[in-house]
Formats: sequence, structure tokens, C-alpha cells
Amino acid sequence: MQMNEASGRDQTVSAAPSPPQTAQAGEAPPPVLEMRGVTKRYPGVLANDHIDLDLRAGEIHALLGENGAGKTTLMNILYGLVAPDEGEILLDGMAVEIRGPSDAIARGISMVHQHFMLVPVLSVSDNILLGEEPMSGPIFINRGGSRRRIRELGTNFGWQIDPDQRVESLSVGWQQRVEILKALYRNARILVLDEPTAVLTPQETKEIFAVLRKLRAEGYAIIFITHKLYEVLEVADRITVIRRGRVVGARKPAETDEDDLAELMVGRNVELTVDRGTSHPGEPVLVVDQLHAKDDRRHETVRGISLSVRGGEILGIAGVAGNGQDELVQSLTGLRRPSAGRVTIAGKDVTGRPPGSLYRAGLAHVPADRQRHGLVLSFPLDDNMVLTNYSSPPYSRLGGLIRDAAAVDRRADELIAEYDVRTPSREVAASTLSGGNQQKAIVAREFSRDLRVLVLDQPTRGLDVGSIEFIHRQVIAKRDEGVAILLVSAELDEVMELSDRIAVIYRGELVATVDGRSANREKIGLLMATGRASGSGIEAQPEVLTP
Amino acid sequence: MEFLYGIPIIGLFIQFVAYIIQIGPSIAPIMLAISVPLAFGALCGIMNERSGVVNIGIEGMMLMSAFFGFVAAGFAAGSVDFDTSGPFGVTPPILLGVAVAVGVAVLLSLLHAWLSITIRTDQIISGTIINIAALGLTGYLNRIFISPNPSLGAGTFQTWRPPEWLTDLPVVGWLFNMFLHQGPIAMSLIVFVIVLQVLLFRSRWGLRTRAVGEHPRAADTLGINVLALRYRNVIVGGVFAGLAGAFLTLEQTGSFQTGMTAGRGFIALACVIFGRWTPIGAFGAALLFAGADAFGRTVGLIPPTGDLAGLGSVLGAVPEQFYGVLPYVVTIIVLAGAVGRSVPPAAVGRPYVKGGQET
Amino acid sequence: MKPREWLARALAAGTVPVLAVLLGLIAGAAVMVISNSLSSGVTDLGLPFRAYASLLAGSLSGLDEVVRTISEATPLILAGLSVGIGFKAGLFNIGANGQFLMGALGAAAAGAAVSGSPPLLAIPTALGAGMLAGAAYGFIPGALKAWTGAHEVVTTIMLNFIAAALIAYLVTGPLATPGASFARTGDVGNAALPVIIGRADGTGNLGILLALAAVPLAYLLLFRSVLGFEMRTVGANPSAALYAGMRPGRLIILTMSLCGLLAGVAGAGQVLGISHSISASYSTSVGFDAITIALLGRAHPVGIFFSALLFGLMRAGSALMQIRERVPVEIIDVIQAVILLFLAADIIVRTIFRIRAQRAAVVDELQTVTRTYGGAA
Repeated sequence: MQMNEASGRDQTVSAAPSPPQTAQAGEAPPPVLEMRGVTKRYPGVLANDHIDLDLRAGEIHALLGENGAGKTTLMNILYGLVAPDEGEILLDGMAVEIRGPSDAIARGISMVHQHFMLVPVLSVSDNILLGEEPMSGPIFINRGGSRRRIRELGTNFGWQIDPDQRVESLSVGWQQRVEILKALYRNARILVLDEPTAVLTPQETKEIFAVLRKLRAEGYAIIFITHKLYEVLEVADRITVIRRGRVVGARKPAETDEDDLAELMVGRNVELTVDRGTSHPGEPVLVVDQLHAKDDRRHETVRGISLSVRGGEILGIAGVAGNGQDELVQSLTGLRRPSAGRVTIAGKDVTGRPPGSLYRAGLAHVPADRQRHGLVLSFPLDDNMVLTNYSSPPYSRLGGLIRDAAAVDRRADELIAEYDVRTPSREVAASTLSGGNQQKAIVAREFSRDLRVLVLDQPTRGLDVGSIEFIHRQVIAKRDEGVAILLVSAELDEVMELSDRIAVIYRGELVATVDGRSANREKIGLLMATGRASGSGIEAQPEVLTP
Repeated sequence: MEFLYGIPIIGLFIQFVAYIIQIGPSIAPIMLAISVPLAFGALCGIMNERSGVVNIGIEGMMLMSAFFGFVAAGFAAGSVDFDTSGPFGVTPPILLGVAVAVGVAVLLSLLHAWLSITIRTDQIISGTIINIAALGLTGYLNRIFISPNPSLGAGTFQTWRPPEWLTDLPVVGWLFNMFLHQGPIAMSLIVFVIVLQVLLFRSRWGLRTRAVGEHPRAADTLGINVLALRYRNVIVGGVFAGLAGAFLTLEQTGSFQTGMTAGRGFIALACVIFGRWTPIGAFGAALLFAGADAFGRTVGLIPPTGDLAGLGSVLGAVPEQFYGVLPYVVTIIVLAGAVGRSVPPAAVGRPYVKGGQET
Repeated sequence: MKPREWLARALAAGTVPVLAVLLGLIAGAAVMVISNSLSSGVTDLGLPFRAYASLLAGSLSGLDEVVRTISEATPLILAGLSVGIGFKAGLFNIGANGQFLMGALGAAAAGAAVSGSPPLLAIPTALGAGMLAGAAYGFIPGALKAWTGAHEVVTTIMLNFIAAALIAYLVTGPLATPGASFARTGDVGNAALPVIIGRADGTGNLGILLALAAVPLAYLLLFRSVLGFEMRTVGANPSAALYAGMRPGRLIILTMSLCGLLAGVAGAGQVLGISHSISASYSTSVGFDAITIALLGRAHPVGIFFSALLFGLMRAGSALMQIRERVPVEIIDVIQAVILLFLAADIIVRTIFRIRAQRAAVVDELQTVTRTYGGAA
């Protein structure tokens, strides 16, 4: 791995990359990028299996596949983060070896990662020029000139960038703009975007597509990784579908449709949505009245939320990540103390009670971060299967003195069988299970308790289609048993598929609640992005959180 | 002002302030000297933690440097005769001692870096190993090499006496006295503090270090060599710990006692936290702790008398051991109060795995 | 778990620690030879063998010696459990020294006060005072961590120093016995622990039974009780513990108090069993030994028991070793440090002896210890 020793380079940012190489007269120039036979093995899994991919200048090439198919591994190889076991990479027709990110950057490859690679406490400009710092002399950074250049880069897309603003105070959409500027600042020719729309509203997604089309017109070569079918149909020039590490098909948008792509992606005729049927809601079970809560930095992020969920209905909360959902869920599940307001379950006041007390009142919580909250990874699976009711009989006897290990084991066996959790035995550590099976284990544990209220937070994040389908069916089943279900998810599709009623959260408030059947995707997207049902458009200023 | 002394309770506090003003200029140089090992230890801690590595072995590094520096200087002085001495009373044996002290600390830092960064063992354990090893090894070797040679020693650096016209200046004279009536290592402290502060926030090295300590994966994806940067910073941090140790046996006292660091390495960590991981902040914290220590010593030597006798009787009732433990008590108070408010580098303590999952 | 499985697991877990001890002894031998040759000019390769031989002689050659070994091991078992239980809950208790001192102080003070009462009253009173004092001294860093996030790694070390100063002050002041030749507390009289084995010098006292009882009790607590499950969960994943309905703050306080109690019993046992009073400069290094013991034993009560026996053996025999071969007793500290090094960098051990990678030799829960360093879990 080479240390980036480049210093003193006075950056002149060109708006367009150099013109394509001239080849033989009459022939098209070689593709900007070719990956041939790329193979990567990890213990127990073949992540990339002899993949071929090519990319031309001035095109948007979509890499489509479900979670875990191998798309990110392939791009990590391109970016030099991972070395391939077999295969070669050619840039402009010449074979190259990419030894690390600085090598990739030097060759004009830039990547916008799925999880932002931004240092929160540093400013926008520090994040952008990190690694390629303009210097005045051998030691000190010259920040003055770069500020101007960053502003110019932003204006090119109609963004007003404040280079000195701390990244942690930016909204998610703005952070992504910074990530894109970071890539462009480095004279990239090839841009790789990994699931860029995962955290965006429909409006912001449209805007990103506009940006990508502009970049394409300027001659950039763009790879766009996603698992969302309608996106590739809308913006891609070519589509390559990857399944289980292999290329299973290449299409142009004009010659395919969602069903065809879905079948390629998953390998069988798959039902993309579960039919949720009609709900027959009863009395309100979970009632929240004027709830207020602060985040870890003492900013108020839940600002007077009131809602009620009836038994036998699913209330879905849609919203862009960072609008207060985390703190809302934590306040309802005992992981955070609300600063004001009232929460009742079946009439009983449970405001601010710790999780144990809530569980006894009939609440269950499937947390967003399954590895941090939902499981103790180093414990065996059987201990994990009773994690939220370990202190109740029959697992605990004599007033909490003794643990009945046999009872724990029996329960674990029951749940593993009933919910089809794939594991060699119940004694292995939970860390050995796949993500999908870990989530199934948590779902098994929480769904099979004596429930009145079920709070689901990102229940299918990062899971494969089979697991998603399974869990969605279980959720509907629970609803039909009369449980009141609160669903919080960043995947608008999931919310629209499952919810009987949909509420939109924006800046800590619920700005609308609509019926699930008549919900309009566009309208909800607008609400998510702006808090208003109709509007003049997206704000042009970066958002600053005021304490 | 004196008439205010009689007011109950508040009067005592005013007496206290007056007493501080009275003894301040004379104890200021002592205060700075006491702060030297704490501040250098804190600089070592900052180099480590800003890069994302927890180092609680500073205490052990200081102790080992103090010992080996002293022994090297002592044996060098014993084997060859030098009658020339340069500024600060420096002689080749003393210089050798400082070099050995720094070298030992650098080696220990290398060990800590290797265990923490490459082996990825738990960083607190790595630091604890160094502490236990230092205590045991220096205790053992003390018995073998020093106890049989009570006259071993190369002496110390001499303090410099600043010219009177400088120290007699009104208002600021005592400041010059404080910073200049010192030996070379103590004088160099403020230089290192300022230089490190500037570099940390204005230089390329500083930006990359902070990035690596907050979000190493982001830095990695931009081509920065996270592991190499951490190694280099930990090793340079060792230099500071070595200077702290050298100060103890080659500038402040001229001898070595088992366990003589007495927890300074840990107080240094409190300085880091209290000073919000900035060199200047940590230096200020070190002065605070040193001030408490110096105050305790002075109360016995120059008790408040005359108009301040009221204060004197209150302070006299306090047992002498109290002043000795004041630094430790203040450390606990600082940790309990400060931690909630000051935020460490986000990635501190987490070993970085290239190309691996987020830890 | 079936006995055979248990044995297999124990062997797998014990391989690296045993080999680390072996390497530590070899390193100690090297240090002996080198330092001896540097100071006396003679390279005496037979020195380590004679030194270790006298070590064994001093610890195992007769009833008196064996009793002394067990007696040395007694406080180490208790302190080792103190540190080990802390580890299991994700806490690094470096304050066992200070808690030991407070336990000794409490027992000495209470013992002196009830020295004339009947033993059946005096002994429990003095022991109880020691336990209480130790538990209180463990409560302090536990509460600080739970309420303010102050990391126990630094606070407990500070408290160690404070404990020593407290003893210096109290023993020269309020607790001093009049008419004694040096400052010390009064004799504990009837509160002394009766001798149950060996000579009358008190080494083979009732305290041994306390230590032996503590091992199975610790095991039952950690692995068979609900409270132990809670403690281990907090140690493995504090966020999940909160989600599971546990109260991590209360568990931290409880655990640290328990650690303090155990170390306090160790101190009380030493005073009531052997020294019968404490001086103003009373000190101990049991707390640091306990760290190595807990890590060697992988924070498991059975492992801790055997590690403590090993260290007891080394400490008991070191006096004879120093007399006969003039090797300072501090060599044990050097060996200890090397053992720790090899435990932490178990890759070295595995490479030398070509062992497949097992679970990490250092306790898993230590991740939580380091992760909470900055004040956040």
C-alpha cells in the first residue's frame, strides 16, 4: 500500500476529463474500463465468480443485484481496497494493477461509498481535500485557494456550499453532495456510486439522477450500484445483473422490464410484494401524546409527536433518515428518556420506563441495529433466544437466583424450528449466523412473546429477498392476530407495502398521516423531503441544525 | 483589603486568594517543574489518542526511561572522567542518559504499537503489560545495579538563572521567572506544546492524524496509510514519555526510587481528557494539577500568617497527607466532571482492519 | 455439558496460558543469567536451575512450606476473583490493591476495637468490617463509572494511592496504639482467625477456607444465576444488555462493589490471620498479581484458582531463592510481565508451538473495557 506522497500539487479542476483516446480510424475507442474474469474468494463464499464488465466514457452503467450478491466486493476490487484472486483490469485497453485507493485515485477512479466516508467533526473542505491537501510549503495546508474551488465545483450543479461547515451538521442529502464533490475534486474519469439513493427521498433521487446525467454529458464514465429496479430503468444506459457472484444477464433498459430484471436478480419468479389484505383494527393500544426527546448532543429531535396505533393495524412511519426516527423509537422502547409527553400501552402509563418494564407491559422491539442491540454476538444462540425475557420464569427460578438452562434450551429449539433459523446447532455463537438468520432469530424471539405492541425498526435492512419475504409475511400474520404494530423504515417501498396507515416524519414532527391504500408515492416523497404536501421545490441552502 | 478577611466563610475565601497572590510568584517555577512530567506524558497521550490508540502504559514508559536513563548516565560518569561541562551543566553522561531514556521509551512505544495496531490485542491490556513490566523490571534491576552502588549518579542538568532585569519586570516578571528559571527539558516543554498545537490543526500531518483518529476507514479510502500513520505517531509519542522520564532522574532529582513515577502517567491521561485532547489544554490541566501539588508543599513551608492567620489555622487542621493525595483526588474529580462534556476521538481504542468490516 | 466435552474445552482454553507460563519462566531464566553476568562478570548458566530448584524447595518441600504456599495463594485467589469477575462484566479493576488495603484497615480497626470480646462475636465483626470497607471502596469507582462515565482504569489507580495515604494518616493519628515502638493499630486479639493447620505463626489460618469457598461461589454466581447472566451480558455487549431489559448502571455498581468486597476480604484475612495489626506504611502488590492471575485463568473461577496457586507457589518459594541464590524476589514480577506479554500476543506462542488459532487468549470482554474508555459504551 503506498502512502500518498503527492504534495504541492496545485489543483486545477477541469470540468471535463480528457477526450477519449484516439484509436484506429473508424473504430470506437477501447472502453475506459474493462474487468475480465475477476474472481474473489472469501472463506466459505465465492464473492465474485469470473465477472466480466466493461464501461465506456459518457455512459451510466448500472450494476444490479440484491444484498450480498457481490457488487460491492467487485467495486472494492476496482478501487483497490481488495485484491482479486484472479482476473485483470484494463484502463483504456491497458492492463493495470490497482494496489490501493491512492493508486485508484491517481488513475482517475473515484468512489462514493454506501456508508459515507466523511469525518463528522471536520469541515466540508477538510473532508474534500483530505489526502490531496493543497500545500503552502512542506508542512502547512493552504486552505484559502481550495475554498474557492470547492464553491465553484458546487455552483456547477447549482449547490451553495459552505466549505467551513462541519459535516456532522449537514443533512444526509447534503452529505452525499459533499461525497460527490469529493470524487470530482480528484479529477476522476470513472465514478462509482454504491447504493447512492438508499437514504434519499424520491425528490432527492431525481436530483441525483439529474446530476448523473449532467456528468455523463460531460464525458464521465459512471458505475451505479443498486438493488432498486425502477432506478436502473430510469437512469441507466446499460444494466448488468449479478447474482451470487456471477453475471447472470446484461440488458438495455429499452429491452427489459421490472419483472424480467427481478427474475434475473433472484433467479426465480418472485413475488415482490406481499399482499397484506385488509386489516380489522380494534381499540387503540399504543397511544403517544406530545412526545419530545433530545438526541445525544442535546438537540431536540422529537418535537411534539402524537400518534396512536390500534390493535390489528400497522402504522408505518416514513421519513428520511435523521429526522428524529431513531430518537422516537428509542423513546418508545425504553432506550431513551423522553423530555416531555406521555406514552400509554392499553391505557397504562409507561412514559420513560426502562425496557424491562415495557416488555412486561406487552411491548416487543425489533431493533434497527441487530448486532449492537438485538443480539449478544459472542453468546450462544440459545442464550440469545431468551435475551428479552431471561428474567421471567421458567428461565429464571427462585426469584432470580437460578437460571434454568434446560428450559432455555427447550425454548431455543422450539423457536429455531418454528422460524426456520438456519444454524448448525443452538450452542454456536450468534456471530456465526448470516445476517438474515440473525434477524430471523430476533424476529422469532420477539414475535412469539405475549404481545400487544410490536415496534419494528428497519426490520429487513441488508437482507436477501427470501428473508425479506418471510419476515413481511410474519408481520402481516401478527397484525391479523390483533397486535398493534409500529413500523419505522427507511425503505419507502417496505412502508408502502405493509402499512395500513402511513405517517411522515419531518424534522421531528409528524406532518401527515394518510391511509395506506390511497397513499401516493410522489406526495409522500414530497412530504418526506420538505414537510409540505405541495411545494415550490427543494431548499437550496444547506440545512443547519440549530441547537 | 485586609478588612474583608473577617467576614465569615467568604472572608476565608478572600484570604485564600490573597495567599495565592502572595506565594504565587515564588512557587510558579516549582509549579512548572512539577507539571513537566505530567505535560510531557499528556503530549504522549495526545499523540496516541488523536490517532485512535489508547495508551495507558505512559506510566510504565516514564518509569523505564527514568531508570535506564539514570543508570546509563551513572555508569558513563563512573567509567570516564569529564571535567568540562556545558550550558545547563550538561555533560556527556547526562546527554547519554537522556538519549537512552528516550530510546527506551521509543522501544516500548514500538511494542505497544505492534501489540495494538498489528496484533490488535486489547489496547488497555497492552498498556497494563508495560506498566507491570516496568514496575517489576525496574524494581528487580534496582536491587541488582543501584542498591549496591549508592553513589551511582551523573548529577543533573543545572537550572538556568534568568537575568534579574527580566524577572524584576512588573506584572510579567514572574512569568519569565516561571518559564526560564528551569532546566533544559522543562524549558523545552512550552515549545513542544505550542509546536504540537499548531501542527495538529494547521499541518497536513495534523489533519490526517485527526481524520485517522475519528474515521480511519474514510482516511483509508482516500489513500492515507492508516496503520503507518498510527505507528509513527505512537513512536513519536514515546519520545515525549522518554523526556518525562529523563526529567525525573536527570533534571529534577539525581536519583532513582522504585515506583517513583507514583501515578503521574495516569494523571497525564486525565490532563488529556480535561484538556480536550489539545496540547495547550492538556498543558493547562497539567499546571492545574501541579498547582495543587505545589500548594500543598508550600502550605507547610510558608504557612499563611499575620492577617491571613485565619486561613492558616484552617489549613493547619488539614493532615499533611491530604496535600499529597490532592493530585489524585483532583484527577478523579476531573474525570467525573469532564468526561460527560468532552468527546474523545471517535475511533479511539478500536483496532483498524484494512478492508474489513466496520468494528 | 458432558464431562468429556468440559475437559476438552478446558484443555483447549488452557493451552496458551500454560505455554505462556513456560515461556515466562524461560524469559525469567534469561534475565537472571544476563543481569548476573552484567553485575558480577560471571556467566552462570546453572543459576536459573538452582534458583527454580530453591523456589520449589521453598514452596513444596515440607508441610510448613506447603502451608506457606497455600497461605500466599489465599489472598491471590480472592483478589484474582475480584479482578476476574470484573472482567466478566467488562470492567477492569486495577484497584484491587486499594480495596485490599481498605479491607485490611477496616478489619484492623474493628478488630482492635473488639479485641476483648468473645471470638464468636469478634471475628465476624472484624471480617464484616473488612468486607464492608472493601465493598465501599469498590462502590466508589463503580458509581463514578455508572453515573459519570469516568473510566475505572484511571479512577481505581488513583484510589490505590489515596488508600495508602488514608492508612498513613489514620494509623499515625486516630487509630494509633499508644506506647507502640512504631505507628500501628492495636492488636486484634480475639478477632484473630484461628489456625487450622501448620504452625502457630498464623499462616495456616481460617482464611484459607474463605478463599476455597469463594471459588465455587463465584462459579455459581457467574454461570448459574440470573445475576451472573446479567453481569456477563453487560460485559459482552452493554447496548444489548440495555435492550434486554437489564440495568447496566446498577450492574456496574454492584459488580464493582462485589470486586471490592472480595479484595477487601483478602486484606481482612491477611490482617486477622497473620499480621494482627497494620502499620502506617502497610502495602501490598496483590492487586497487580491478580491482574495476571485473572488473565491467565481467562477470567474463569477454576482457571483463576489454579493460576493463583501457581503464583502462591512462586511467591512462597522466592524468599528461599533470594537467600540461597541471591536472586531478588522481584524476578517474579519480571516473569509475570513476560507471561502477560505472551498472553496478549498469543500469536507468538502459537507460532512457536504451532498451535491452531483458538479463541483469543485475552478475555473477550476486554473489548468492552476499552470501548468504554472515552466515556461512551
